[in-house]
Amino acid sequence: MPGTVQSIERAAAVLRLLAAAPDGLGVADLGNALGLAKTTVHGIVRTLHQVGFVEQDHSGAHYHLSDAFGRLGESYLDPNELRSRAINWADSLASRSGEVVRVGRLVEGKVEVVHHVFRPDDSDQDLDVGTTLPPHATALGKAVLAYDTSARPRSLEAYTTRTITDPVQLSEELATVRSRGWATEFEEHTVELASIAAPIRGLGGLVVGAVGLAGRIERICDSRLRHRGDLVSMVRATADAIARDLREDP
Amino acid sequence: MAEQYVAAVDQGTNSTRCILFDRRGRLVSVAQREHHQLFPRPGWVEHDAGEIWNNVTRVVPAAIKQIGATPSQIVAIGIANQRETSLLWDRVTGRPIGRAVTWQDTRTDRLVTELAGSEGPDRFAQLCGLPLTTYFSAPRIRWLLDHTPGLRQRAERGEILFGTMESWLIWNFTGGANGGLHATDVTNASRTMLMNIETLEWDDRLLEAFDVPRAILPEIRPSSGVFATATEVLPGVRIGAALGDQQAALFGQTCFSAGEAKCTYGTGSFLLLHTGQEIVRSKHGMLTTVAYQIGDQPASYALEGSMAVTGSLVQWFRDGLGMIHTAAEIETLARTVEDNGGAYIVPAFSGLFAPHWRSEARGVIAGLTGYITKGHLARAVLEATGFQTLEVVDAMNADSGIALTALKVDGGMTANNLLMQFLADLLDVPVVRPMVTETVSLGAAYAAGLAVGYWPDLEGLRSNWHRAGQWMPHMDPARRATEYANWQAAVQRTFNWIRPEDQEP
Repeated sequence: MPGTVQSIERAAAVLRLLAAAPDGLGVADLGNALGLAKTTVHGIVRTLHQVGFVEQDHSGAHYHLSDAFGRLGESYLDPNELRSRAINWADSLASRSGEVVRVGRLVEGKVEVVHHVFRPDDSDQDLDVGTTLPPHATALGKAVLAYDTSARPRSLEAYTTRTITDPVQLSEELATVRSRGWATEFEEHTVELASIAAPIRGLGGLVVGAVGLAGRIERICDSRLRHRGDLVSMVRATADAIARDLREDP
Repeated sequence: MAEQYVAAVDQGTNSTRCILFDRRGRLVSVAQREHHQLFPRPGWVEHDAGEIWNNVTRVVPAAIKQIGATPSQIVAIGIANQRETSLLWDRVTGRPIGRAVTWQDTRTDRLVTELAGSEGPDRFAQLCGLPLTTYFSAPRIRWLLDHTPGLRQRAERGEILFGTMESWLIWNFTGGANGGLHATDVTNASRTMLMNIETLEWDDRLLEAFDVPRAILPEIRPSSGVFATATEVLPGVRIGAALGDQQAALFGQTCFSAGEAKCTYGTGSFLLLHTGQEIVRSKHGMLTTVAYQIGDQPASYALEGSMAVTGSLVQWFRDGLGMIHTAAEIETLARTVEDNGGAYIVPAFSGLFAPHWRSEARGVIAGLTGYITKGHLARAVLEATGFQTLEVVDAMNADSGIALTALKVDGGMTANNLLMQFLADLLDVPVVRPMVTETVSLGAAYAAGLAVGYWPDLEGLRSNWHRAGQWMPHMDPARRATEYANWQAAVQRTFNWIRPEDQEP
């Protein structure tokens, strides 16, 4: 049996104290109340601040519970924040791969496009930010669906003859995504198109969205119709870069 | 052979960044450090130049390390910098004298009014292309020399050096007090009010008018051309370019021909229109400025519309009012309502810049009613940037006689889709975002890479430009007209707020 985690116990104690103090508390107050060294308490409140559970007042001297604490079921990352963190890396992926790049997140069982970068060939293209994609028929969707613990989409609509419509097959596919860390799609949404995507992990490993590219199969896949390894590496590196950006300074 | 890169150092208002670009103009790594904004008195905004140089020494190695490269893979350094921010330092010790006085600082309010005298703010416009305002460097140098005991005598003896931030960086990259190069480029020099816009040299009439000793001024060089070889941070790497950040962005957007324009949305926002080798004098509040000079070729010029407060209004909404946690959240909040509800925010925090140039104006929130929620205010904050752009575009169209057909945009605020759509709606032209939104750094990299032969010519750079996003106009013309009229009425209400007797001594 693994033991309990002391720092989580202490964090819980800090949260209880803050919840009971409408004017907020300083690090010294918390340390005195819990019989802990100031540096220990400081580490705990800083972490809680980083994950968004506590806020600092204007002077920086006092901490109090943030309103996010009461809305834990909601997405912790604002979609517009995700876009602004992703934009440089998504641009870079589009220019390196030569393909359309999208960043998406799961909203009410669908993938909402948070950011869209045109294919860099200066052809006519329309921004589709704010539109939704079916999660079971796109790589972007599978990359977020694989880590979603809420209910799976009940009706799996077929977009092409290759769309996965069998829930068991979809579960297997998502297990593959989890085991290798990236997702693919081959003519499952639109004939002659394929896509690759990877999850973006925020603080604590929470998947906050996915980034991926899509294009014609002859460009996305090799001669044996397998998704090109160099593109997979680029997509994964992009997801990691965005994740690093998200974790560095919240 | 290992891949080679150009390192762009963007010394900005809030942070210093190093970005590496590859031969196709693609961003490969970024390192950034913020520096402190110091507000010692109302209206004063300062930076610690020592802190800024220290940040340069950290971000450059960090950007190289991020991709596992080595300094030998860097072929050139290109510098872009916050413009007009002025610093004096000691030639012998290399140490700053006091702090850098930033472009937002309004301490020279009264001095500027005095200097304008009966001839008005356009007294020097024929010589330097700029109106007298607190924005530019010369009044700041004068103020520092007047207010620091003994400094003027030391300056006249040649013990003091003046520079904008690129000069400070070049000086330090090349050894500082140990033989550092004291140089600036034509774009930065064109923002001092001391350079003659036609000859591209320091002008004695301007030096005399501002009472600035020639001995403190750096040598003026072309923007793109090898300044020197660095001895610090990246020893052996050539400094290939220096440009003011907005000119760098114009270059990064590959606006190399007359008639091409871009607008960069950051703390402030700046629309620059390339006017070729012609010096266009504005009748509508635009600035005449040098766009760039490549080696010994003739300089290219630009008309500029400067908006002082755009992204910084969002920062104020976040930090001053606490309405949002992060700047990006403003879009989420703004989308909770359909429109501005009749509210307009005119952010004349330190007066109004282009096209009004009213230093006595102060901000207003107009049209407040009980109906207004924070969602409406969030919209009004974003729309303020749109309306200010429209004012500038109107003025630019009138000056150049050519109507804008599309607007190339870049900068952090282009991540805001609501704002970009509003811009397209208001301007009634497509708004286009390029693949690299970091055009300030890209422009510095391009100019430096050209100087060392990493890129052959401008056409090669042009082929690197690609469209990453585009917003098309949809707004009903009647609504556009009403909204603009409301905004203009709100702007009128900011005028004449500061009266001469209110000004700080």
